Amino acid sequence: MQIIVCLKPVPDPKHWHRLGLDPQTKTLIREGIPNIINPLDRKALEAALRLREKEGGEVVTLSMAPSSAMPVLREGLAMGADLSILLSDLAFAGSDALATSYIMATAIKKMAPYDLILCGNQTLDGSTSLVSAQIAEFLDLPNLMHVSAIEAQKSRVFHVRSQIEHGYMLVEIKAPLVLSVAKEINEPRYITLMNILEGEKKEIRVWSSKDLSLSEPWVGLKGSPSQMADLFIPEAKKKVEILQGDPSEMTKTLADRLHRMGYC
Amino acid sequence: MAVNKTVQSKIWVFTEQRQGELAEVGLELLGKALELAHPAGWKVASVLVSHSLENGLCEQLLSFGADEVLVAHHPLLSSYCSQPYAKILENLIREHNPEVFLLGATAMGSDLGARLAVRLRTGLSAHCIGLELSPEKKLLAVVPGWGGNVLARIYSPHTQPQMATVMPGVFDMPQEKKTTGRIVAVEVNLKPEDVTYRILETKREAIQEHALERAEVIIAGGWGIGSKEDWQAVENLAEVLHGMVGATRPPVDEGWAKENQMIGQSGRTVHPKLYIGIGISGEMHHMVGIKGAEMMVAINQDPQAPIFAQCDLGLVADFKEIVPQLIGSIQNYHKTKQKDDSDLSH
Repeated sequence: MQIIVCLKPVPDPKHWHRLGLDPQTKTLIREGIPNIINPLDRKALEAALRLREKEGGEVVTLSMAPSSAMPVLREGLAMGADLSILLSDLAFAGSDALATSYIMATAIKKMAPYDLILCGNQTLDGSTSLVSAQIAEFLDLPNLMHVSAIEAQKSRVFHVRSQIEHGYMLVEIKAPLVLSVAKEINEPRYITLMNILEGEKKEIRVWSSKDLSLSEPWVGLKGSPSQMADLFIPEAKKKVEILQGDPSEMTKTLADRLHRMGYC
Repeated sequence: MAVNKTVQSKIWVFTEQRQGELAEVGLELLGKALELAHPAGWKVASVLVSHSLENGLCEQLLSFGADEVLVAHHPLLSSYCSQPYAKILENLIREHNPEVFLLGATAMGSDLGARLAVRLRTGLSAHCIGLELSPEKKLLAVVPGWGGNVLARIYSPHTQPQMATVMPGVFDMPQEKKTTGRIVAVEVNLKPEDVTYRILETKREAIQEHALERAEVIIAGGWGIGSKEDWQAVENLAEVLHGMVGATRPPVDEGWAKENQMIGQSGRTVHPKLYIGIGISGEMHHMVGIKGAEMMVAINQDPQAPIFAQCDLGLVADFKEIVPQLIGSIQNYHKTKQKDDSDLSH
């Protein structure tokens, strides 16, 4: 089974409080914030590795990022991916979901044949959840989102559980297909020192725009239909009242307020 | 009989239904779309994809104020499948050229919206928590980023339609009124092979769709609660205040609270009259979900917790020294009130 896993390096949320807004350019200041594998993408990789253990085949990760993302790709290889492909080009910078999906889908066409493309359902930083379904649309493949279980059946058929509001649907679907995984699907494995050493031996292939046949204009900031009109930090409330006194006095005041508001 | 199949509406709202039941977010968006469209001289269409015309859904949408209900129907459309849905809607959009196309940021809406945006090569603002129409009639969608630490206004000025998916519960349900709109029914062509997957089983809990989104009182707990045993305090306070329980991400991960109780960017967007946050630090990805709270009370030991910069009323204290006593006081008020009521009835 040939499986492609889309891995996105994202800024480590532990450092998000250091994010700033440049008052002049209205762009985000993110210098010095380390990257991690987007947590749900890590689960997608884990799901791929488990399928490979059962069905055989190969797991290749695909990322679109600056070359500073290398350590994150190494982590994917340490986890057990066979090969890592990095799409890196200044021309890709500023791509919105449509442009990102277009570039990723074009790379995936070059990687054919494949059975399964796995993604995380959303990323920590953008959280648009668009890319997996958009890759599927560019490739004209079926897809399912919020996937919490994948079971390979005979002759390239899968049984997939997809979470919907307050429940799930169990779906029979044929490869090739795109699945984006939800939190519930698995707990990713730990990486040992041995794994890290093995990962170091594996190949990271870097493709630039020249390596892809990008015939449509949807590339980079200029090729992105969505634009940011402005960026702002939500306003804090102006009048905050902090209650004084010991806990029992505070409780009394709060109970009194709730009473006067009609809650008791 | 001559049937007018021209759709005049400039804002289209995809109205999601599963098994003949309309998702509330489709109605919330209809209400908001009407509010944006009418001052601009535009009409609003609710768009339905259905296997039948006989289920009363079109009439229901008209009663919520839709100027037009556009319904694409075919017997093969009894359950959702992204590819045929996207194909049908793409054709309708290309034929009638709406300016704006809105969907709920639900499992179905996120999937369908993403595919449609590719088919139409247009921008889509995902998981919006606000919508505005600029004087130039461009859709500005407010989107939280970086866990809600920043908000962005996103637009797609050069492509059509301008698309957005909006979080459920952000907008109020519209009032039902006298029906003045009309139904445009389109029978679509579909082959069995267009349906690219087969649903073997669907399970849904029979719970009220947006109970938390509609709650007037919400008591929410965070990481600071500390344990499953202590979580009971949150439940108890909610009970005496006839409120519902909400949570931040950590209590859900720890198993103290349920996934559907999570409030915030990756959870629910709520607007209660009263919100009491206990042991919640006030990270933006939670706060973005409670922006609509009228009265926000925070109980936290840490005076530096960011929630104290955003609440209306702050109690810097260990919740264990507050909540049990607070429950007692509330119960006393209830008893006094019952006594007063029974005295009055004598």
